[in-house]
Amino acid sequence: MRALLPALTLAAVMVAGGARAELIGDAEAGEAQFNQCKGCHQIGKGAEDRIGPHLNGLFGRRAAAHEDYRYSDSMERAGVDGLIWDLRTLDAYIENPRALVSKTRMSYRGLKDEQARADLLAYLRRFSDNPANIPEAAPTAIGTDHSVDPEILAIQGDPEYGEYLSSECVSCHQADGSADGIPSITRWPEEDFVVAMHAYKDKLRPHPVMQMMAGRLSNEEIAALAAYFKDLD
Amino acid sequence: MTFNRRKFIAVGTAAAATLSSPAVLADGHGKPRVVVIGGGSGGATAARYIAKDSKGAINVTLVEPSRSYFTCYFSNLYIGGFTDLEDISHTYGALAAKYGINVVHDWAVDVDRDAKTVSLAGGTVLPYDKLILSPGIDFVEDAVPGWSVAAQNKMPHAYKAGSQSELLKAQIMAMPEGGRFAMVAPPNPYRCPPGPYERISMVAHVLSQMNPTAKILVADPKPNFSKQALFEEGWQRHYSGMIERIGPDFGGANVTVDPEAMTIDIDGMVETVDVCNVIPAQKAGRIADMAGVTDGNWAPVNAADMSSKADPDVHVLGDAAAQGDMPKSGFAANSQAKVCAMAVRGALTGSKVFPAKFTNTCWSLIAEDDGVKVGATYEATSDKIAKVDGFISQTGEDAATRKATYEESVGWYAGITTDMFD
Repeated sequence: MRALLPALTLAAVMVAGGARAELIGDAEAGEAQFNQCKGCHQIGKGAEDRIGPHLNGLFGRRAAAHEDYRYSDSMERAGVDGLIWDLRTLDAYIENPRALVSKTRMSYRGLKDEQARADLLAYLRRFSDNPANIPEAAPTAIGTDHSVDPEILAIQGDPEYGEYLSSECVSCHQADGSADGIPSITRWPEEDFVVAMHAYKDKLRPHPVMQMMAGRLSNEEIAALAAYFKDLD
Repeated sequence: MTFNRRKFIAVGTAAAATLSSPAVLADGHGKPRVVVIGGGSGGATAARYIAKDSKGAINVTLVEPSRSYFTCYFSNLYIGGFTDLEDISHTYGALAAKYGINVVHDWAVDVDRDAKTVSLAGGTVLPYDKLILSPGIDFVEDAVPGWSVAAQNKMPHAYKAGSQSELLKAQIMAMPEGGRFAMVAPPNPYRCPPGPYERISMVAHVLSQMNPTAKILVADPKPNFSKQALFEEGWQRHYSGMIERIGPDFGGANVTVDPEAMTIDIDGMVETVDVCNVIPAQKAGRIADMAGVTDGNWAPVNAADMSSKADPDVHVLGDAAAQGDMPKSGFAANSQAKVCAMAVRGALTGSKVFPAKFTNTCWSLIAEDDGVKVGATYEATSDKIAKVDGFISQTGEDAATRKATYEESVGWYAGITTDMFD
């Protein structure tokens, strides 16, 4: 449970991951793998930072490089320490995000299958011009499922009320945004937050604890929480 | 007539202060004072939230004898070898440094509700405007004939984490090959309803690896227990033939022990055992009794603000409170503490008070990567904290679900301890 020193973890993972990192996968299979990333990450033409940063031009980029995206302190530190995204480092990160960046906000359990990771990375590489010989691919479908009534999405949340309500959330979700077994809920775009909570409320998302918690929140309360967590540092 | 100028000023100050906050400042001291007794899930959370959210407007003192606090939750995982003792140890430095809480490491030995003061063993007397009691549990005397707190080094309870957990684990590790571990389970209500059964699971996990011919015997006064179907399914799957539970139908409620002879007598059947984990019947921590807010073993409270039914200026949190439907758990105490903190701030500074909401989830680990959970939401009614809605893990769930549930519990541990101590 105790987080290791990030630098040590990074070094250990890179040594362990070095031998297998050069496997080049199947980008078509990787596109299917990317479905599990779409809830948070956009890629392709018009992609924007949402819950997670967009992934165009990822290869060769320093970690935590998008100026307008608010990364976790751990990811910022990894960037300052010199973490550059390439096949090897991305392979290690996707295999077990928290092993590489201990308090990352990326709430992803990790992809254990080596071939699946290689496929995914082959797909992601299509959207990077570094190395320069990778052709630009067609844009993929982006965005979340907006099945929520626009009137509900338009509710202006009261962040002060959200702060009070948030005390129920932070028994499990950490206020500093780190994700370890339980996802980060800070700094989400308000709309994404509201859509996700209504998906629990309507029992579209499966998690029983969240169905119960969201189930008794009113539309105004969900908006208030979205407004509060959006700006939480 | 002489009018003493100094006295006049004092009275004048008091009168002026009365206008802004009548209940508190009438006696002329500066900020309103909150004393919190007990630095666990209820007390630490309440102190932190009151100090944090009042931004210095309330003087908060936290009285806790221990400098290092070991959470009871995850102490079974320590016994099972899934965490270290130091990983469940917490200190109060951040509460003092970040929020200005006056942390006093001493025992509270008396409460004078008329004078509104708390006396500490070291001689200090702390005045309060609002008192929050979160003392956890003590054991009912003679609940298990033959056992007393004096015998806790022979037959540990390990139901307050720390040295007792360490002792129990050492005894399990020292069991002879094919030896016997016995548990005397407690009657309802008690701290952490799934706790004894998670412990059995963790002991079985250790023994199945190190001492697979060892046996586990549980004497239980209750016909049923928390998450019973989930535990029994898991025991069958992971530890088949190792665990025998004797319920009240077969004398599990009629137990005496002899710590010197290391024997346990279950309804006339005498067994010699190598380790005997006695978890006696429980009651509110002693200071609640001294404060005169208990009725029987527990302290009744009003659900809306966790105030004592005996005194509106005393609040009781967590295991010690008789509140209604919530289980006695760290999660519940943390949830109650936030409702209480909001009510106390509202009363002392006029801050906004929202309707009370309560939540609880209890995770248990049955074997490696085999986690289960039960939880519910609650609301305040006029006579109790009442359950609104709940859920429980299902038998027959796949391994990925159980692993995710365990990982979720690890995340929750980080979340709640940050919410209490950081």
